[in-house]
Amino acid sequence: MVQRNSVFANLDWVSILLWMVMIGFGWMNIYSANIMEADNGIFDFSQRFGKQLIWIGASLLLAMLMLVLDAKFYIHFSYLLYILLLGILLGVLVFGREINGAKSWFVVGGFQLQPSEFAKAITALALANLLTSHSYNIKKFWHLVKALSIIAVPPMLILLQPDLGSVLVYSAFILVLFREGFSANVMLMLAALGLLFVTSLLLDKALILLFLIIITLIIYMVVARSVKKGLVNGLIIAMVFGVLYGINYLLKTEFSLFLIGLAALVPVALVITVKGMRLREYAQMKILVGLIVSIVFIISMDLAMNKVLKPHQQHRIYVTLGIEDDPQGVGYNVNQSKIAIGSGGFSGKGYLQGTQTKLHFVPEQSTDFIFCTVGEEWGFLGTSFVILLYLGFLLRMIFLAERQRSSFSRIFGYGFISVMLIHFIVNIGMTIGLMPVIGIPLPFFSYGGSSLWTFTMFLFIFLRLDASRLELLR
Amino acid sequence: MNQYTDRRYVFAVAIILVGLVFMIRLFQIQVIDKSYEQYALSNAQSVRVIYPARGLIYDRRGEIMVYNKAAYDIMITPRLLEPFDTTELCEILKITRESAIERLNSAKAYSRRVPSVFMKQVSYENAALFQEKMYQFQGFYVQTRTLREYTDSIASHALGYVGEVDQAILDSVPYYQLGDYIGVSGVEKAYEEHLRGQKGKTVFLKDVHNQTIESYQGGRLDETVEVGKNLTTTLDMELQAYGEKLMSPYVGSVVALEPSTGEVLALVSAPTYSPDLLVGRNLGVEFGKLAIDTLNPLFNRALMAQYPPGSTFKTIMALIGLQEKVISTRTEHHCYYGFYVGNIHTGCHLHETPLDLIEAIQNSCNTYFINVLKSILQDVKYTSTAEAYDNWRRHLRSMGFTEPLGIEMTNELNGNVPPASYFNRIYGENHWNYLTIRSLAIGQGELLVTPIQMANMTATIANRGFYIAPHLVKEIEGEDDIDDKYREKHFTTVDTSNYGPIVDGMDLVINGGPGSTARNARIEGITVCGKTGTAENPHGNDHSIFIAFAPKEDPKIAIAVYVENQGFGTTYAAPIASLMIEKYLTREVKRTWYENWVMQLIQPVAPVVKKNNISNDGTEE
Repeated sequence: MVQRNSVFANLDWVSILLWMVMIGFGWMNIYSANIMEADNGIFDFSQRFGKQLIWIGASLLLAMLMLVLDAKFYIHFSYLLYILLLGILLGVLVFGREINGAKSWFVVGGFQLQPSEFAKAITALALANLLTSHSYNIKKFWHLVKALSIIAVPPMLILLQPDLGSVLVYSAFILVLFREGFSANVMLMLAALGLLFVTSLLLDKALILLFLIIITLIIYMVVARSVKKGLVNGLIIAMVFGVLYGINYLLKTEFSLFLIGLAALVPVALVITVKGMRLREYAQMKILVGLIVSIVFIISMDLAMNKVLKPHQQHRIYVTLGIEDDPQGVGYNVNQSKIAIGSGGFSGKGYLQGTQTKLHFVPEQSTDFIFCTVGEEWGFLGTSFVILLYLGFLLRMIFLAERQRSSFSRIFGYGFISVMLIHFIVNIGMTIGLMPVIGIPLPFFSYGGSSLWTFTMFLFIFLRLDASRLELLR
Repeated sequence: MNQYTDRRYVFAVAIILVGLVFMIRLFQIQVIDKSYEQYALSNAQSVRVIYPARGLIYDRRGEIMVYNKAAYDIMITPRLLEPFDTTELCEILKITRESAIERLNSAKAYSRRVPSVFMKQVSYENAALFQEKMYQFQGFYVQTRTLREYTDSIASHALGYVGEVDQAILDSVPYYQLGDYIGVSGVEKAYEEHLRGQKGKTVFLKDVHNQTIESYQGGRLDETVEVGKNLTTTLDMELQAYGEKLMSPYVGSVVALEPSTGEVLALVSAPTYSPDLLVGRNLGVEFGKLAIDTLNPLFNRALMAQYPPGSTFKTIMALIGLQEKVISTRTEHHCYYGFYVGNIHTGCHLHETPLDLIEAIQNSCNTYFINVLKSILQDVKYTSTAEAYDNWRRHLRSMGFTEPLGIEMTNELNGNVPPASYFNRIYGENHWNYLTIRSLAIGQGELLVTPIQMANMTATIANRGFYIAPHLVKEIEGEDDIDDKYREKHFTTVDTSNYGPIVDGMDLVINGGPGSTARNARIEGITVCGKTGTAENPHGNDHSIFIAFAPKEDPKIAIAVYVENQGFGTTYAAPIASLMIEKYLTREVKRTWYENWVMQLIQPVAPVVKKNNISNDGTEE
């Protein structure tokens, strides 16, 4: 007999079990990564493994607290919490302490708190509230803008700190919008822009422009159902380009190929625009707009890379994309991380037997690079176990989210899933050299209270909502 | 309900795909790609290699021949370098700034992690000074190595030299690392595994700051260093030195063996070079100089020069003739200034006629031994010359003429005793006979032997019918015995009883009356048996050859002397052999005037031997 109003009877114990396994195994690895420094037992609170025990204890209390609160509390107070959060984020900019070049920490007593971590869960609450508000329609432009604003404001405040990793995490909320009906085409476009971003770093701008023009012409041919028209337009562009190039050469004005290419596009673009306006044929103009958006994107990316991103961030991206190779410099972290993981072999060197992690070859070995300890000491068996653990956990979360009658609960659940997923992808991806080194922790594994509490909070709010799934209808 | 429920599958599939990509990647770097394990080792382990001292080499009488001196290499690990005062470094090591930078760059090019040699064989004083100031030069350290030293600059061909390992060995033998030393030739090469010992190492754990943390896994991977084993060679240092001294004006070779054991007492190849030249950092330069020397001092004539044995080979012809029973000691042949059949003619010198076998050896009569060859090849036991010839060749095989004898050195060459098929090919089957190949009877023509084969032939006669493969090492420290193959008696296909008359003939060559060809090899109180030879040389003066052993009963030494371009065997080869025997058996040479004469330190006085008693071999047509 299902007890409708009992939280504990309706709790998803499978998730809690997986959560405990992750925290437990994570702590074992934090212990191993720090054991060399001192050996005063596991309750040595001057050591990270000792501190982490405190964080874990606290997170248990936090979990209880989350469960004790009424499910409706999260719904009704979500906006209030969100506004409170924005205040805190502003506060940290003013009163926070700078650690590792990022002013994102409050220091209370001996403990450091990173409010941007908690922001994720609260943003998810606010987003869920918005998307479930009366007559909300994601298809409507201004409604979408509202949702995007809720997502974008916290990272914009965080960006002032600045912490690229957190900003990246917020982009994961777009996945939530996707689940709630956000256009698949737009998602594809975003993916295309991502691809364009990577290629714009890899290739010369002029070359990308050439590819874009070719692709646009092909699309044009398909839409206009005429190969001839496409070829004629292409030929005109090429001829204008040739003339401009010749003038540029003769006058020695030294405009770049990219600029000449842009100029060469102008006549054709003008003709299409004028024709399209007159005939009220917008199909061709849409293609043109796509091209222009792409070009603007490349230019802004170029500016962003060179002006906004800090040199070390640029380097990390370049190293990850294989444009630069520098095993002693920026690539050092990734290189050492791969060595540690790779040296684990199939079954690992044995618990507490890792040399690479213990001898500090791997940087940030108990926080962002905790996965190295797993890889080195537990081998492929261990790393597979962790990945399957996450897979199981995330799929379980999808299952839970999808069984909600309440959209609020589902949206919040997907918020959690998306944030977990991006952490999982970026963190493990960077330790094995598939992602740039962006310092975001591995949920439930990495050392650190803020991260552990955030995800615990996230999970248990969701589990609390899930436990009330039979009551909540909105 | 929500109309986008199906999008959950997009999430599920995406999550599973990510997991799959991660697991494939992890499988690749953890299971397939083994290189990360190596990186991890070189990251965390600091291996300090301990080089053992190379084994010492003694001569047969226990005198030390080769020992070690310490050498100091300045090593460098580019990864650990920290800015330092280049000027001071250059001052300490006495090198120029450019040279220092070049050395740095080549070390960096080799490897940033693995230590390589910055400067080889620094003097003790410089190394000590450097060690004192080493705290200023992070990334450098001093590696102690040993270099060879020689008590006397002799026996370079037999001992060989030690040099750095080359790429081929690095690729094939895992023991060696770049910059290690290895025996390159001679005894050093043949007994490399005994002499080198076993490198030791201690493995430390180090952290990212390259600080040594502790012994790695409690020293489980440490290897104790094993000092190289000492060797006792069969060489007699004094005899070797004396032989090199006597041969110093000449090109040629002297090989002296102890007949009963096959031990090499002296192995002289002239001209020679000082073994000190091929040591340490000058090796390359000196080797280059020696390699372009027109007299080719690097060429080990004792093992590699293929010479016609000349008249010394008549002893072997006699042995085979007796064994095949086609002649007896009473067989006589006439000779009037040579051998004549039709218009075929091989000259001979003036001597009494007819001669029996022993007298023929004593007088070295060409005609007689061409007749012996005739008897052997026309033996009715065989259906054809070719068959008889191959039987003759079978005897030579048993005496070690057809294959290298198997001394420790890998560069030993074989002589040349062509099989019957060779003559079949040249002249056509059944279109050749004893006349065609008569020069073989007097050790000329196609017949070629190496000096060590000639010495072995002498030892075989001294032993009356067996030999033991010549070898250079008598004892290896820590081993019960040397290789079995140097204990095995090879009996020849000629019966012991047939050796007696030949030994008597060789006795008469030196100790006989008029007609003896080498009375100048006589030693007061010692019965020396010998045989002269003169090999025709189409390129210049004839080669002077002499083989001898002594004493006649219970021989202690068998010797073969080959002096290029010095004419009759009696002129120089016989005196050299005689002096060597005297030196070995009495340990001092009383005939110093003779010694000086041999070495051409005094103007040649009239040779002891009269002109008409000198053998004059093989003047054809």
